[in-house]
Amino acid sequence: MYYNPDGVMIGLEVHVQLNKLKTKVFCGCATDYHNDPPNSHVCPVCLGLPGALPVINKKAVEAAIKIGLALNCKVEEHTQFYRKNYYYPDLPKGFQITQYDFPISSGGYVMIEGEDGEHRVGITRAHMEEDPGRLVHEGTIDRSKYTLIDYNRSGMALIEIVSEPDMRSPKEARRYLDKLRNIIEYLDVFDGNLEGALRVDANISIMGGQRAEIKNISSHKGAERALLYEIVRQKNVLRRGGVVVQETRHFDEAREITLSMRTKEEAHDYRYFPEPDLVPLKISGWAPAIKETLPELPDARKMRFVEQYGITDDHAKALTSELKLAIFYEDVARKADPKTAAVWICDVLKGELNYRDLTIDAFKKEHMLSLIGLLVSKKITEDGAVDIIRTLLDMGGSPDEIVAEKGLLKVEGDIVSTAVEEAIKENPQAVADYEAGKVKALNSLVGAVMKKTKGRADARTAREILLDRLKGYNFYPPPERE
Amino acid sequence: MITSKDLEHIGWLARLELSEEEKEEYAPKLNPVLDYFSELDEVDTEGVEPTYHVLALSNVFREDEVNTKCPLDQDEALSNAPNSQDGFFKAPRMM
Amino acid sequence: MWASINELKESIHADSSEEIVAQYLDRISKSKLNAFIYTVGESALSRAKEIDTNDIDGPLAGIPVAIKDNISTYGIQTTCASNILKSYIPPYDAHVIERLKEAGAIIIGKTNMDEFAMGSSTETSFYGATKNPWNMDRVPGGSSGGSAAAVAGGEALLALGSDTGGSVRCPASFCGVVGLKPTYGVISRYGLIAYANSLEQIGPFATSVRDVAALFDVVAGYDPRDSTSVDKEVNYSSALMNDVRGLKIGVPEEYFEEGTDEKVEKAVRDAIHTLEDLGANWKKVAMPHTKYALSAYYIIAMSEASSNLARFDGMRYGLRTEDKDWHTTFSQVRAAGFGDEVKRRILLGTYALSAGYHDKYYLKALKVRTLIKQDFERVFKDVDVLITPTMPYPAFKLGEKIDDPLSLYLADVDTVPINLAGVPSISVPCGFSDGLPIGMQIIGKHFDEAAILRTAHTFEENTNFHCKRPEGY
Ligand SMILES: [Mg+2]
Ligand SMILES: [Zn+2]
Repeated sequence: MYYNPDGVMIGLEVHVQLNKLKTKVFCGCATDYHNDPPNSHVCPVCLGLPGALPVINKKAVEAAIKIGLALNCKVEEHTQFYRKNYYYPDLPKGFQITQYDFPISSGGYVMIEGEDGEHRVGITRAHMEEDPGRLVHEGTIDRSKYTLIDYNRSGMALIEIVSEPDMRSPKEARRYLDKLRNIIEYLDVFDGNLEGALRVDANISIMGGQRAEIKNISSHKGAERALLYEIVRQKNVLRRGGVVVQETRHFDEAREITLSMRTKEEAHDYRYFPEPDLVPLKISGWAPAIKETLPELPDARKMRFVEQYGITDDHAKALTSELKLAIFYEDVARKADPKTAAVWICDVLKGELNYRDLTIDAFKKEHMLSLIGLLVSKKITEDGAVDIIRTLLDMGGSPDEIVAEKGLLKVEGDIVSTAVEEAIKENPQAVADYEAGKVKALNSLVGAVMKKTKGRADARTAREILLDRLKGYNFYPPPERE
Repeated sequence: MITSKDLEHIGWLARLELSEEEKEEYAPKLNPVLDYFSELDEVDTEGVEPTYHVLALSNVFREDEVNTKCPLDQDEALSNAPNSQDGFFKAPRMM
Repeated sequence: MWASINELKESIHADSSEEIVAQYLDRISKSKLNAFIYTVGESALSRAKEIDTNDIDGPLAGIPVAIKDNISTYGIQTTCASNILKSYIPPYDAHVIERLKEAGAIIIGKTNMDEFAMGSSTETSFYGATKNPWNMDRVPGGSSGGSAAAVAGGEALLALGSDTGGSVRCPASFCGVVGLKPTYGVISRYGLIAYANSLEQIGPFATSVRDVAALFDVVAGYDPRDSTSVDKEVNYSSALMNDVRGLKIGVPEEYFEEGTDEKVEKAVRDAIHTLEDLGANWKKVAMPHTKYALSAYYIIAMSEASSNLARFDGMRYGLRTEDKDWHTTFSQVRAAGFGDEVKRRILLGTYALSAGYHDKYYLKALKVRTLIKQDFERVFKDVDVLITPTMPYPAFKLGEKIDDPLSLYLADVDTVPINLAGVPSISVPCGFSDGLPIGMQIIGKHFDEAAILRTAHTFEENTNFHCKRPEGY
């Protein structure tokens, strides 16, 4: 059992932008605004001009149903849009078209890896709404002298996924977000890499206080940071004998702090009523057919990978944590040894990609296949394989070319022994250190051997020969093997 | 009965600044209207569904196709803006 | 001026559209009615010239049409008679404007109205009240008072208005012209600046039922940009038979109750007898929830309005006051931009939707709306049309009711039930009281405009109330 000392309860409202649709949710404006100037992807509808009317994008409704089903929700018989009346400069109509009573789906759950193993996070509802515009402040929101508004984002289709307050730590919150993003990416309705694709409002309370709502969180890391900050803040308030009041706070991403947004508007009264310009939806009948088209979701795929390819749970989890990666792996595993493929993709390639801020798109499947071929046939060393991966990512080319250019074909026997002899001769200090009991000195000797063979020697073999060779020195007590 | 204090709250909810005179003047004009509306209390609406739309329309959609006819270019979008800067609408400070 | 579309078309052939547009513009510029907020002038003339020289055809080719100032017109200011939209120029056309342009019509100007269509007298306009051509001391009715006065005063042959709770029929009645409120969904609302979305329709004005039908034919029809638009293409002009034999008329007595002027009641009952003489049958019908319609209507309209008008914040268009913090600026822009009646309705609507009052007012009104709609469904099982007075009395004096909101609201008692039920209704002249016109309201079933147009047309063909013009016009 996880002991939750502060009684932390976290619920998240995640806004997922359906940015793979061609158009916005209520108008025909194109969604590919990300690199365009402000207010260049707008029309009377999404600019909220007087007299303009919304019409629902059918694809957006289908995507919403997909997401609801993937989150184990029930798709409702009767669905309707409401007006949520509040005022903010990013909201061009003075209300947001969203759902209230009769959301499109509700009552689901997501399994995450919690503090104490598998943990279930309840999904209250997943409903449709329109995205507001984007605000730009000079400096910070509380000090900026004015607010600039870009409505290109206004009217993008959003799915708001509201969780139960089931998360007990910032870490669980982050894992929930990772899982959610992972699931939704599988559905091919959203590209999580685009700016503003996934945004989070977090509700957090600790024992003895009321909950605070933190707005404006735009990354998973940001969510974790904001929540960590907020727990400390709330604890400090209570420790000083203060009261944690219910309020809205703004996450300042740069400073990694939350700021109170308390103004008179705190007295929320959204005056919801059904949007008279839109008619109800009766689409629960679509759900069975859409369910048929749902792809295999991350959890199911992970289990299948373990069973079908005999790889470890950790590898399967890592490989299915991103749809593209899972597809990449599976294509490779069908033609090469699945276990070797898992090790090289998860443990090496993924790290090299992350280091370079690249996605799996930057690496060709054929290259992974030939790399595994070279490894399995013992034509190259593991170091050589790493070198090839790095070179492919940095300079391009093909594995065979790189092997030829760099002379990476593995060397054995005499060449390694000769290199060892030379290394011992040229590095008397390292040898002396080793003799004096500095076990780590051996590493620099191994390094010297590798350098002499241009990495083509197998490091383990080199080490063994060195140990063997150095045994000849009178050495007591024998060093522990590292 | 709406008091001038209530009016201040409703005015804030509606983002409508009311002068002292307006608050004084509106209450006696609005209260008879609200009294009149109270006649609805006498209608038995037990089991009656509300009518949001007079026509029984449902499932009205558009296809996910870009409308090349309606978009505004940046100049058109900003053409009525009282204040703009670098292609953005310019609003007052938030706080 | 010209009496009908046909007559005007003959003049266009004989002379030119440009000449006719110039004559109308001249007449408007000399008028004391204040029916127009803005005339288009130059561009109307050049469009007329274009139609003349290129011989452009269309059902309304070369004919000037006046447009209520809450209908968006590309490049032409559209103010809703409000200070808050004083400088607003829409970058797009309403659906009806597109249709008019395709039909060859010429937009001649934007007509005066109650601010944001909230009123029954056209006195709340930021640009001053419109006057009734029959009597300059009287209101023209509202909220489409400018459109009705323009048609009655010979300043436009045709005009469009909008009707949320009677705003086409009331001024048609007060100004002695014909005005139609179609079935909800028949004319696209795309581009109509909303007062109360679930109630309102754009509607045509003319001096005869025939011309109303011709204008209706042009502007009605399906529009995919309005989710409440219905896909029914009908030719309404072809419904205009001079024949009501066998027509079953229902007369709901609730519409003749106290508060109805005696002369109005007599004129309408006489009109029913005229139709009876022409072969129609009539009987009394009961519509017991009628008395609750006014409250239900105002609560719903104000609630929707309070939300519709939230977009006027001075950021993207319209009036902007001195910048303070955002929320304060927002409140001050609206304080400076809206007139008293608009403010009152925003406040009442906000109140009716607010926490603690939503069920008592808003939800209750929607349930009463159901009962009113059921009244109509029930009587329409037995009758083809209903006939009532349009307004309980003829045009009242300017300034008479403006400071007493409730008494002004009570004027709409006979028109609002129709909007609650979404059925079509037309007002046609049927008599006079001390020189002021009286209007008869003919109400039909959903989508049965044909029946009310035919009834109205037959009445018109056999009487001459519609031929009488105000003195000097
Ligand atoms: Mg939301
Ligand atoms: Zn748009």
